[in-house]
Amino acid sequence: MSNENFDPKIVGFFCNWCSYRAADLAGSARIKYPLNVRIIRVMCSGRVDPTFVLKALADGADGVMIAGCHPGECHYINQNYKAMRRYEMLKHTLTAMGVEPERVRLVWASAAEGRQLAEAIDKLVSDVRRLGPLHWPRNWDENGERQKALDDIVKEHEEAMEVPA
Amino acid sequence: MADKIGIYVCHCGSNIAGTIDVEEVARWAGKNIGDVVVSKDYKFLCSSLGQQMIEDDIRSEGLTGVVVGACSPHLHEKTFRNACKRAGLNPFLCQMTNLREHVSWVNSDKAAGTKKAKALIFAAAERVKRQKPLEPMEVEVNPATLVVGGGIAGLQATLELADAGYLVYLVEREPSIGGHMAQFDKTFPTLDCSACILTPKMSEVGQHENVTMFTYSELEEVSGSVGNFKVKIRKKARYVDYDKCTGCGICTEKCPRKVIDDVFEAGMGYRKAIYSPFPQAVPRIPVIDAENCTWFTRGKCRVCSKVCPTDAVDYDQKDEIVELNVGNIIMATGWKLFDCKRIPQYGFGRLANVYTNMEFERLCNAAGPTSGKIVMRDGKTEPKSVAIVHCVGSRDVNSNPYCSGVCCMAALKFGHLVLEKTKAEVYSFYIDMRTPMKDYEEFYQRLLEEGMHFVRGKVAEVTDAARKPDEKGKLIVQVEDTLLGKQRRIPVDMVILMGGLEPQADAKELGLKCGISCSMAGWYTERHPKLDPVATMTDGVFVAGVCQGPKDIPAAVAQGAAAAARVAGMIAKGTVTIEPIVASIDEEGCSGCRICNNLCPFNAIEYDEEKKVSRVITALCKGCGTCVAACPAGVITGAHFNNEQIFAEIDGILWDAKPQAEVEIASV
Repeated sequence: MSNENFDPKIVGFFCNWCSYRAADLAGSARIKYPLNVRIIRVMCSGRVDPTFVLKALADGADGVMIAGCHPGECHYINQNYKAMRRYEMLKHTLTAMGVEPERVRLVWASAAEGRQLAEAIDKLVSDVRRLGPLHWPRNWDENGERQKALDDIVKEHEEAMEVPA
Repeated sequence: MADKIGIYVCHCGSNIAGTIDVEEVARWAGKNIGDVVVSKDYKFLCSSLGQQMIEDDIRSEGLTGVVVGACSPHLHEKTFRNACKRAGLNPFLCQMTNLREHVSWVNSDKAAGTKKAKALIFAAAERVKRQKPLEPMEVEVNPATLVVGGGIAGLQATLELADAGYLVYLVEREPSIGGHMAQFDKTFPTLDCSACILTPKMSEVGQHENVTMFTYSELEEVSGSVGNFKVKIRKKARYVDYDKCTGCGICTEKCPRKVIDDVFEAGMGYRKAIYSPFPQAVPRIPVIDAENCTWFTRGKCRVCSKVCPTDAVDYDQKDEIVELNVGNIIMATGWKLFDCKRIPQYGFGRLANVYTNMEFERLCNAAGPTSGKIVMRDGKTEPKSVAIVHCVGSRDVNSNPYCSGVCCMAALKFGHLVLEKTKAEVYSFYIDMRTPMKDYEEFYQRLLEEGMHFVRGKVAEVTDAARKPDEKGKLIVQVEDTLLGKQRRIPVDMVILMGGLEPQADAKELGLKCGISCSMAGWYTERHPKLDPVATMTDGVFVAGVCQGPKDIPAAVAQGAAAAARVAGMIAKGTVTIEPIVASIDEEGCSGCRICNNLCPFNAIEYDEEKKVSRVITALCKGCGTCVAACPAGVITGAHFNNEQIFAEIDGILWDAKPQAEVEIASV
């Protein structure tokens, strides 16, 4: 598939207070940006469970954008720092799974930063376009070994977490 | 019972319909999304006719969920939730998706816009099927209020509430209420005597039947939530019995130990080891400063105890913790002065005749150490020239980037006082003269006429190293006069540094106790900078005065009154509604790992030692969902944002991305 014609599907997890409003502002200001990011509203970037991201990628998304309030400006005092820590770990996991970590991006956007958010979306869309489609679910179907390897990781993790009765 | 979903796509005139084929979206959704029984497009859904249509459909079709594809939920979520409510559908079974701000307004490609709109509608429909009816909680509001800080903002708030007939507990860290305003000489621009307008308010608070004061006390702990806070106050040991003391002052008079008063006199004067900070203190009960008292340090003396006519001195007094129940809290904790030693090139602490603004306030105060005579550190020489340096620790990237707001006017006031009381020449070194409030600019004009010299430029340094004979024995202010475009050296006798306003050193710590946050600079963050400047993100906690940001006396008074009005409103209503978007823990599945306990900045998760499980205190939870995402056992549920709902939303939003979807799309 030629990357120029590739129309990436990106899922956005935006916090209710800053980033979602930044996207609202970009709209009210009629700032143009590509439509590839489909936004899901969460109360806080701290709500973003890494499994949301993995599920989105597994469901066929080519990239994910997590957006929250700037550090120090979190509506919930400091929960965006927790999002930041999870994001770092998630990137690590993605690399281990063979997914380019650049496909998942954490950005800060205050409710006044419609333009900056639009620029960040622009950038993510063009970066993902350059990386090409992820085809994660299809790759699993075509390559049973990879699916098995993933299942093994989960199983191993579960066993390790099990508390002996 | 099968779901019956109604989907409504708004044209918003041509705002949405111009770049999204809304008819196609509605038609497609009706055909392709499961459980959809109604799917319509409409010119303006938010109009009363649009709302009526949704209400009629809910009644006639028995809808169990409503999806509205229109503008931002921040604009109209309430509108459509209310419409659902009117038709008997729980408002939390209505889901809005943003087709205008997030789609039609940001791109003009109609095909792409229609495609994205379909995905968003699909996601909302999948989500709404899994949404649960939620009911907001009502709790009663305790009519007592806690005011933290006895400065002018706190006093105003206290008086407003007490006069309205409500009980107020006022906590003040120092031995007397009054705050910084009690230290000032005059207030700008009217030049009222500060004490003359403040002390009546202080005594009114002191004598008010609805006010209980805790002076020389600090806020120790806050628990509970809006309507029902439990607070612990630490009453520091005064070593003087509050009930026995009459405030006669003999103990202070006879105390042999003199101490430099760093707090009230800003280091310019002395106090005794048993003292009231100033003569009009409220309450007039003195405290013993145990660090300096001869009895406490050397085990000798006891003069105060011997001279006390009511036997009120009690050396064995201990700190006491008082527990109170209040419905609301007003934080009015004020500010501290910028430490001018942090800018060493201005010489404060090194060059004798460099003063801070607070020192100068005491110096020219009639009740101050020099009885209001403006003299240099030798205590007798009147200065022949005075330099006032603006923006010391304000508007400076090396210290504080913000403008402290009050220093320009205070500098003008100082200029006036020096000109009035001495024959000195007065120079003001300013970056910009900021006089924006009522009658302030007129005061500036008055000082121009009175002959104060204004030099526009930031002072580079204050030095005593003379280069020319006329600089000998003087302080030289080195400055670039930006209006002349020249470097200037101006020799003066006295320099006053206009130190900026800074947050209290423990503001952050105190804020965390009540669950309120600070800005980067350290000021308490209000709920909304424009539209809600007294409330905070924690319901029932309000802010007033400089602790929220630099401001002058009238603004602090206004904010104190505003905070009181908000509290009075809550008390008058009697109950408060709590949003149902909160977390809850399934105790059956909780392993008691306590990972969630430390994640909550609102202390809303408590640990049950007996059952070894964690529990969410619903009234404290703000619903951010961070604990939900962190629970390793997955037993925390975030109402209205649970995993099932968000997973369904992800599924729906990517309906066209799954391998099998391509087949489905082809068949559509």
